[in-house]
Amino acid sequence: MDFTFNEDQQAFRDSVSRFLMVEAAPEKLRDIWQTDAGRSPELRAKLAEQGLTAFSVPEEHGGLGLGDVDWVLMTQELGYFAIPDSLADTAYVAVGLLKSLPEGHPARDSWLPRVANGSARIAIGHSVNPWVADAHLADVLLLPHQTGSTLEWHLVLPLQTHMAALPSIDGSRRLATVEWTPDAGSKLIDGAAAQTLADQMLDRGAFNVAGQLLGLAQRMLDLTVYYAAQRKQFGKPIGAFQAVKHQLADVVTKIEFAKPVLYRAACALASGEPHAALRVSHAKLVCAEASWLAARKGIQVHGAMGYTWEVDLQMFMKRAWVLDAAWGDRGFHKQRIAQALLGDTAPLGPGNTFSN
Amino acid sequence: MNLSYTAAQQAFRAEVRQWLLANVPREPFASYDTREGFEQHRAWEARLAEAGWSSVTWPTELGGRGSDLIEWLIFEEEYWAADAPMRVNQNGILLLGPTLMEFGTPEQKARFLPATARCEAMWAQGWSEPNAGSDMAAISSRAIRDGDHYVLNGQKTWSTRAVFANWLFGLFRSDPQSSRHHGLSYLLVPLDAPGITIRPIQALNGKQAFAEIFFDDVRVPVGNLLGEEGQGWNVAMATAGFERGLLLRSPARYQRSAQKLVQLYQRHRAEVDHDPSIREAVLRAWMGAEAYNLASYHVVSRLQKGARIGAEASTNKIFWSELDLEIHETAMRILGPRAELCEDLEVHDWLEGFLFAQAGPIYAGSNEIQRNIIAERLLGLPKS
Repeated sequence: MDFTFNEDQQAFRDSVSRFLMVEAAPEKLRDIWQTDAGRSPELRAKLAEQGLTAFSVPEEHGGLGLGDVDWVLMTQELGYFAIPDSLADTAYVAVGLLKSLPEGHPARDSWLPRVANGSARIAIGHSVNPWVADAHLADVLLLPHQTGSTLEWHLVLPLQTHMAALPSIDGSRRLATVEWTPDAGSKLIDGAAAQTLADQMLDRGAFNVAGQLLGLAQRMLDLTVYYAAQRKQFGKPIGAFQAVKHQLADVVTKIEFAKPVLYRAACALASGEPHAALRVSHAKLVCAEASWLAARKGIQVHGAMGYTWEVDLQMFMKRAWVLDAAWGDRGFHKQRIAQALLGDTAPLGPGNTFSN
Repeated sequence: MNLSYTAAQQAFRAEVRQWLLANVPREPFASYDTREGFEQHRAWEARLAEAGWSSVTWPTELGGRGSDLIEWLIFEEEYWAADAPMRVNQNGILLLGPTLMEFGTPEQKARFLPATARCEAMWAQGWSEPNAGSDMAAISSRAIRDGDHYVLNGQKTWSTRAVFANWLFGLFRSDPQSSRHHGLSYLLVPLDAPGITIRPIQALNGKQAFAEIFFDDVRVPVGNLLGEEGQGWNVAMATAGFERGLLLRSPARYQRSAQKLVQLYQRHRAEVDHDPSIREAVLRAWMGAEAYNLASYHVVSRLQKGARIGAEASTNKIFWSELDLEIHETAMRILGPRAELCEDLEVHDWLEGFLFAQAGPIYAGSNEIQRNIIAERLLGLPKS
């Protein structure tokens, strides 16, 4: 029993953090987000150099072959630095689907190496999400198609689709409606296997967002603590007042008790536990709540400055607000928890936390 | 990350489970805040001690199992799952024991540790005073050296178990010229010493859950001084860190409560589902208890790898005390109008737990103090 990360995992996280601190500084992100595409090929190339696109791709396809437990640390860094959806969706969720395809499947062989070397962006559709994020620059889209009771997954080229952009309050988001007509050539997989992939994708997608939300919560807390230590009123830093301290202490507690829940979900995904959905939904809920509390307390402590466009807090608040409903809103995840706990399937009580 | 228990850990769990299955009394005891109930619980503790279960984290030569904290978590999981009796000498075993092991002389260890393990010494705590609550460094009860004795005068209060316990550990001001956390001494005081008056305080549930203790020229031998004279604050704080916080309230306690809450809800679903917020509160109880357990395993794993845990313990205190309130508030809401019927068999334990939960955010360092600690020591915000 060892519920901690090893030194390699921590070192990788630290190096990514140091890299993003410079390359994804808020002023750089603001510039990128204000462009039409909202994405920077230069930043993407640098992220690939750091190994982030190759992270989850199996080694035989040119990747690093790392798993969900390794990725959970990355998700928090991506959230902390508000890195847009494209990277996390491509490098983790899409890769997750592609590597679940049977050995030798042509889509696997052609796309995984391109994701690994950073030359392919993959956008993902899923029935839980009404729109597709980052479809506009995608080299290929993974889209579900439901006919009657049969689900199919298709690998669709942008030329085969019609997209319409949906502007988001979050400057980092690029959402679109995607219309397309399935054909036999685009079909990847169907039947029970397709449904299994859809379920796994949902869990990976929700887990991926949960980690980002937790990273966002930490970033907003850090920004707010810094502000509370600098800003003076009544002759002292506002952070010296208990009314301010206690609000921030509550954010710390929320974050600290969301972290191990997120880590447990990572382990459940990594070993394909039967109750992984319960663990993921638990993580998604507590991480979302931590991020919203951090946003709420963050803006309160920043005072009027927190309500401005100018102060960086807004970039992280908005991302936390919108990711809350991505890959299943709170009602969706509560329903999944209820099914597991009240449907008498998940083991409850002491001694069952690690029993799968 | 390796979330499998080792073969040794599994064998330990099996041994605990088997022993509890054979030994946990079938009939519930009276409340330990009554004379009869205290004696029942004390006798149970002594049985645990004989089998080596009363203090699993103590070294084997002192009657423990030499368990690490993972084994302790396993023990607690089995203990709470078995609905075994409440523990009545945790003050001595979990709080005083490690302090004695670190600071006690060989004579003190020989005298007090086995007696504590066997529950011949039942311990109360002597920290709070009428004017020293959250501000514990304002302690003014005195212990003035007179030859080979200290002479104690003053008053302690909110001392849990003091009505029925026979020993007390606590802090007294040994240097009358000192202030704050200087000049305090850590003393072990027999509660039957001449000059001691114990006045029970009735708690919310009407029982004598704690007491005021008056000291009137009480003579305590210098051999009962733990650590050096005037160093009492450091002695008390040295072992006050994370482990004590965790040991005070094991996660299994809340997991068991949350599990029972789910069962209570399932039994009453037809009556309560017209309020959808109740179902959500039930789910949240499980989520909270599970999160506390996961956080405990996470931090214990870090401790096993040599990490040092300090002020993070304050987030624990806030989390479990608020969780306990949420669990019991939800139970009250499910029970509805019946929740006030204190002799109803289904209600009784929930109502007692609900009353006790009110104290959680207050004792062991109020949650306001914990929030100050988090803000100042974890976030580095300035002192006010």
